[in-house]
Amino acid sequence: MQFFGGSEISPSPPVPTASGNNGHMIYMFNRNGVCLLYREWNRPLRTLNAQQDHKLMFGLLFSLKSLTAKMDPTSAEKGNLGVPQLPGQGCSFHSFRTNTYKLSFMESPSGIKIILVTHPRTGDLRDSLKYIYNLYVEYVVKNPLYTPGSPIRCQLFNTTLDQYMRGIA
Amino acid sequence: MAAAIYSLYIINKSGGLIYYKDYGSAGRMDTNDSLRVASLWHSMHAISQQLSPVSGCSGIELLQADTFDLHCYQSLTGTKFFVVCEPGTQHMESLLKYIYELYTDYVLKNPFYEMEMPIRCELFDINLTQAVQKDRVAFLGR
Repeated sequence: MQFFGGSEISPSPPVPTASGNNGHMIYMFNRNGVCLLYREWNRPLRTLNAQQDHKLMFGLLFSLKSLTAKMDPTSAEKGNLGVPQLPGQGCSFHSFRTNTYKLSFMESPSGIKIILVTHPRTGDLRDSLKYIYNLYVEYVVKNPLYTPGSPIRCQLFNTTLDQYMRGIA
Repeated sequence: MAAAIYSLYIINKSGGLIYYKDYGSAGRMDTNDSLRVASLWHSMHAISQQLSPVSGCSGIELLQADTFDLHCYQSLTGTKFFVVCEPGTQHMESLLKYIYELYTDYVLKNPFYEMEMPIRCELFDINLTQAVQKDRVAFLGR
C-alpha cells in the first residue's frame, strides 16, 4: 500500500540494502508542484537547467501516476487518462528502473512527493522514503520558522539527510 | 509464485500502438484507451532518458506499481515491447527478447506486412500465445 500502515512515531533507520556512493539526487515536491527540496550528491550529467529539470520531473511523475492508474489490471472502474489523481486514489507506482538509474517514489497522504534517484541495483527503498518523510516532519514541518509550500532551507534537515543517505546508499 | 501476464503491447518507433493483447485482466482496455496509453508510455520512456544523472540511459526497463509490474524492452530500431504482469514475475526480460524474435520471424519477414502498421499476422498470434501460455502452464503446474 502507498500509505504507512505502521504505528511507529520515530522509526529507526531501516537496514541498508546497498553500500557505497549510490545515491545520486533527491527531489521533494508538494501537491502544487513546488519543488521543496532538490539535493544532488553525484550527478555527472545535467541536460536541462534547474527549473526545467524540476518541472520535467514533476510532469513525468504526474503522467506516470495517471498511466499506472489507467493500466491497473486489477480494477475495472477507471477514470480517463490525464485526470489528476488524488493521493491514494488509483494504483500508483513506487519505483522504476532504467539501465543507468533507479527512481524510487513515495507520495504522502498530504501530497508531498519524495523522489530518490540512485544506482540501478539498489533494492526496495520504500522504507527509506518513509524514514525521510519522518525526517521532513520532524525537522521541517515542526520548525516554526518554516512556511509550508516554500522551498526548504533548514540546515539541520539537510545535514541529517546527507548523513542518512551516506549510510544507506 | 506469481507468473501471470496481464497484457502485452508493441509500439513502433514513433510511439504508435501496433499490437495489443490482453490475457485476462479486469482492466481490459478498449482500442482508444490502449492507443492513448501506448503513446503516453512512449513519451514517458523518452523523458526518463532526459532525467538520467549519468549519460547513456536507454529508458525505463522496469516499472513497479502496487498491483502490477511493467517490463519494457526496446530494440535497437526503437520498437518497444512491454508487458504488464503480476508483481514479482520472473524472467520477463527473456520473454520479451523471445517475443522480439517472433516479431522478426513472423512479422518483419512477412512480405505482406507494412512497416509501422498494426500487426495482423496469424502465425505471430499463434506463436505468441504459445510462448505466453508456456509461462502460465508453469504457473498452474506448481
